Amino acid sequence: MRTLAEPHDKILTILQDVAQAKEPITIGPDESLFDAGVLDSFRLLDLVLALEGAFGIKIPDSDLTAQKFESVNRIATYVQSRA
Amino acid sequence: MAPAADAAAFLRGAACYLPSRVVTNAELGGITGVDPEWIRSTSGIEERRYAADDETVVDLAVAAARKCLEAAGEHTIGMVLVASGTADRRWPGPAAAVARALNLGSVPALDLPMPSAGGLFGLALARQLVAEHGDVLVVAAEKMSSVVRREGTHPNVAVLFGDGAGACLVGRRQGIAKITGGILHSDGTLDESLHLGLSEPLHMDGRTIIMQAARKLPQVIEELLAAHHVDKERVATFLLHQANQNILVQAARALGVPQDRVFSNIRLYGNTSSASVLIALAEWSSAQGFQPGQPVVMAAFGAGLHWGAILLSGL
Repeated sequence: MRTLAEPHDKILTILQDVAQAKEPITIGPDESLFDAGVLDSFRLLDLVLALEGAFGIKIPDSDLTAQKFESVNRIATYVQSRA
Repeated sequence: MAPAADAAAFLRGAACYLPSRVVTNAELGGITGVDPEWIRSTSGIEERRYAADDETVVDLAVAAARKCLEAAGEHTIGMVLVASGTADRRWPGPAAAVARALNLGSVPALDLPMPSAGGLFGLALARQLVAEHGDVLVVAAEKMSSVVRREGTHPNVAVLFGDGAGACLVGRRQGIAKITGGILHSDGTLDESLHLGLSEPLHMDGRTIIMQAARKLPQVIEELLAAHHVDKERVATFLLHQANQNILVQAARALGVPQDRVFSNIRLYGNTSSASVLIALAEWSSAQGFQPGQPVVMAAFGAGLHWGAILLSGL
């Protein structure tokens, strides 16, 4: 059974890799990943690829909007909707 | 638009015109407050050209067209296509004025009010039109400086653009390359992500546009090459819409080709919208030149969303 914490933890791990952050990323679930400097336009693409691989989903072009990946909560909601 | 059957259409010449005024990041930074180094690191742009205040989109288009026709040699123009997203007025568009300036009489002149991918769409359409109209002159011209000066334009967006024009002549007679095929796509789902109102500032959701471009450009190139059974290792160069150096890097990575095979002049001109891919064509063909049988790919993406790719083969 999937718990709420699972996708969030997985997403934080992915963000850690994508952002190539040396320290663990600490960010609120609704905080903007862009404003916090975790993501930029180009890391977004790496994030999308990583999410597809990690969650076994295909993210269609029509869903490639920055808003869907703005925060950990938004990403979690999205990947759960695609699962 | 599905790939058409092999049509006898040839690129007969290409040229471009860039206004003489160079606007550096430092100059623009002083006006907009945007850090010049931020512009360079996020876009690859170091300078761009701005047209003079009294220089119009038609002037830019005519300057590029004249150079193109001179380079192409003997010609009989049967149609003119002019792409621009920054036309000087709502209508009539610049096409008829360009034809008039070139003394083309009553030759049909069609406007493509399309920024970004407009030049590429024009070239793809010309390929289909030569059978009925003979030589087709394709021009894309933009005076982005007039748009980005609108009050309310975000400074981080304003600094990305420049002015310029590109032109090419497509005909039934042998030229410098054969236009082997083209694939065009449009999808209005995300039309709000990049748009320009009649008097409002240019709006760009840069993050979404970059994601879309970085995925769609390699996709359509792969689609085109597969349809024509061309191995991308054989492609001499990829002439892509010059919107952002980082998109060009992403495209090369996605295609699995060396970065130096993806042409780039964005450092010097910024994003010249519809003109950029024709300027790239003119500069690359002038500096490198088509080699017999060697494939060249052009591709563009932009507001609409519209995107597509064209395959050429050197003669």
